[in-house]
Amino acid sequence: MTSEVTHTNPNYNYDVVRLFTLATIFWGVVGFAAGVFIALQMAFPELNIEPYLNFGRLRPVHTSAVIFAFGGNALFATSYYVVQRTCHARLWGGNLPLFTFFGYQLVIVMAALGYVLGVTQGKEYAEPEWYVDLWLTIVWVAYLAVYMGTLITRKEKHIYVANWFYLSFIITVAVLHLGNNISIPVDLLGAKSYSAPAGVQSAMIQWWYGHNAVGFFLTAGFLGMMYYFIPKRAERPVYSYRLSILHFWSLIFIYIWAGPHHLHYTALPDWAQTLGMTFSIILWMPSWGGMINGMMTLSGAWNKLREDPVIRFMIIGVAFYGMSTFEGPLMSIKAVNSLSHYTDWTIGHVHSGALGWVGFITFGALYYLVPKLWGREEVYSLKLVNLHLWVATLGIVLYIAAMWVSGIMQGLMWRSYDEMGFLQYSFVESVMAMHPFYVIRALGGVLYLSGALIMVYNFWRTIRGDARVN
Amino acid sequence: MSDEQRKKEIDEVTGVETTGHEWDGLKELNNPAPRWWLWVFYICIIWSIGYWVVYPSWPTLSGNTAGRFGWSSAQKLKEEQAKIADRQKVYLDRFEKASFDEIMNDEELYAFAMAGGAAAFKDNCATCHGSGGSGAKGYPNLNDDDWLWGGSIEDIYQTIMYGIRSGHDEERVSAMPAFGKDELLTRDEIAAVTNYVMSLSGEAEDEAGLGQGRTIFQDNCASCHGENGQGGRDFGAPNLSDDIWLYGGDRETIYETVYNARAGVMPTWEARLDNNTIRQLAVYVHQLGGGEEETVNVEQQQPDAGTDGVDTNAEPVEQPVDAIPGAADVIDAVNDSIQETQE
Repeated sequence: MTSEVTHTNPNYNYDVVRLFTLATIFWGVVGFAAGVFIALQMAFPELNIEPYLNFGRLRPVHTSAVIFAFGGNALFATSYYVVQRTCHARLWGGNLPLFTFFGYQLVIVMAALGYVLGVTQGKEYAEPEWYVDLWLTIVWVAYLAVYMGTLITRKEKHIYVANWFYLSFIITVAVLHLGNNISIPVDLLGAKSYSAPAGVQSAMIQWWYGHNAVGFFLTAGFLGMMYYFIPKRAERPVYSYRLSILHFWSLIFIYIWAGPHHLHYTALPDWAQTLGMTFSIILWMPSWGGMINGMMTLSGAWNKLREDPVIRFMIIGVAFYGMSTFEGPLMSIKAVNSLSHYTDWTIGHVHSGALGWVGFITFGALYYLVPKLWGREEVYSLKLVNLHLWVATLGIVLYIAAMWVSGIMQGLMWRSYDEMGFLQYSFVESVMAMHPFYVIRALGGVLYLSGALIMVYNFWRTIRGDARVN
Repeated sequence: MSDEQRKKEIDEVTGVETTGHEWDGLKELNNPAPRWWLWVFYICIIWSIGYWVVYPSWPTLSGNTAGRFGWSSAQKLKEEQAKIADRQKVYLDRFEKASFDEIMNDEELYAFAMAGGAAAFKDNCATCHGSGGSGAKGYPNLNDDDWLWGGSIEDIYQTIMYGIRSGHDEERVSAMPAFGKDELLTRDEIAAVTNYVMSLSGEAEDEAGLGQGRTIFQDNCASCHGENGQGGRDFGAPNLSDDIWLYGGDRETIYETVYNARAGVMPTWEARLDNNTIRQLAVYVHQLGGGEEETVNVEQQQPDAGTDGVDTNAEPVEQPVDAIPGAADVIDAVNDSIQETQE
């Protein structure tokens, strides 16, 4: 790529980006392996090892490892890389970025240790207790300072679109984290705390947080990633600047309202459910704006989809993003939700977003980034990238297809009455009917994990500097 | 920095103008947002506004906008439940008034009882008794014809309604003495009687001690379990001669049973299920496989007892569970009551 800009070399801080990149790969494997294990526990309950490794404790280990450890480190790594490159400025704050690295890893380790020991707030995706929350707050403020500092000291006149998304992710996650973790510790030497709000207010705040963890952590942050790595790898300009403005502002303004759709048909007042549902539907197009911009960036270069498995990774990721951001508004419609709620359909939905979108856009970015960071021309083997792609895609298809069938079956069984007015199935019968799909789901997870291990091997050879094969 | 005018250029591949900015070699095209995208966005907004008019939506100072038709999810739930209740109602009035005999002889009522019983069983009973009613250790198999407290529909109804050692005033209750724990028998004596109990179903291996075991059995166990170990329903005392075991028929388990006694509990469902559901359950459980025609009591089970026509509705002997310390009294009381019924 030829750049007409002739700045002096800003001496980019790649050390911390390399650390975060390695952490991403490490925690990715840990998180996927934990997912496979708990999927097997669902299919074969004998695998519950009491008390430390039972499903209830390992489930947050899995979700935190994939969202906050794998996803979080990927966002740190790419945001630190992207903000430097697109601001043409070294990362601000001296050793502060390094502090965010070790500080964030400490958050992950403290959280995971707490889970297996049974320490939890019991809030989904916000399980860590107050002492971890406080430490994360410090780390996150440092992250914001580094990011803002770099933006402020930028040598470019304008701020590139990827940075809007990264910055909105950092700021909103801070607000969500503070809002959802207001709690009172029982004593300062103990782990236990109690949530300040109670009852349905607590539930509403939890899902305001939970849904926007999806919206700002897993969507806005990774859209930032997409806006840099897709045009970079495709060597094409972003499709539409105007679309990026429109969908950025509409996305961040509307996402924040959609949380109540997690609480349909509960004690949450009807009016709040209505707003949650309608804003989820309004959110459809703002979400798709990112998909359009990602995919259409390839216009004039569609051949790269055939030639380059790294681009393929990212574009399939964007396709999964489009699919799950259509499925989301669909599931928020109350009539649909009355069938899908509490079933495996929800699990399938979240995994088409997590495995397909978050995972694939990250793999694509990593395949671009690792050779750059270690001064290699390209990854060790593009063939292995392609193998990873198809093994992982097959894994996702098995996973979400199994969960669709299982979830819809579950929902139908739960609501099925016979003509004399009696429930036709008991809960345990729906559990028994789900067993084969749990086995298929676990198999999908094994494939996805295998793909990640292929990636680890590929990176190991790349970083060692082994001669490329093709 | 650079001046923007000079950098606005036309992208060669698409012929579209760029915005003139460049970051790390990245540029942006100045394409408009797709028309269809905008239109669908607008339609979603307009549809939502319509939805807000129809349904409760925006909060106000004094509550929230109620929507045009006063819809509420609580009302909707009531309607849906009423739809299902209506399906039951077709049969319920007749079912309520019908006796068990009438239910068993009316195809429609029988089907209704079986459907309702199956649904209630799976949600309430299967947890302990298994989804097919085949039981588990400590939880009786409901498919066989081995009944602790009686296998007629009426007996089953009473068991479900009031429970066993449930704490309900009408509970079925009895207490087996803990012969070892309360030092009523020595360990050797318990071993001997264990061996004898096993012999009743042809399982004993040690023929030598049978005589001693028999004596101990007659002195301590027969009052409830019967001279031949055939059981006694007035006390829920299991038949020991049929090789069907509630807790297990191996030597160790029987020894443990004699040593510590057993006192399984079944909850009363009176407060949890309505009378119609319990009646449906009684029919369903009766039909699982081992239901008996009419109330059979302990005497009728003994082929040699030869006393017909005893009061089939005799109240079970109620003996407080805390009477265990005075286990001898219990046995006496039980003996007396047996004699009374036999007289």
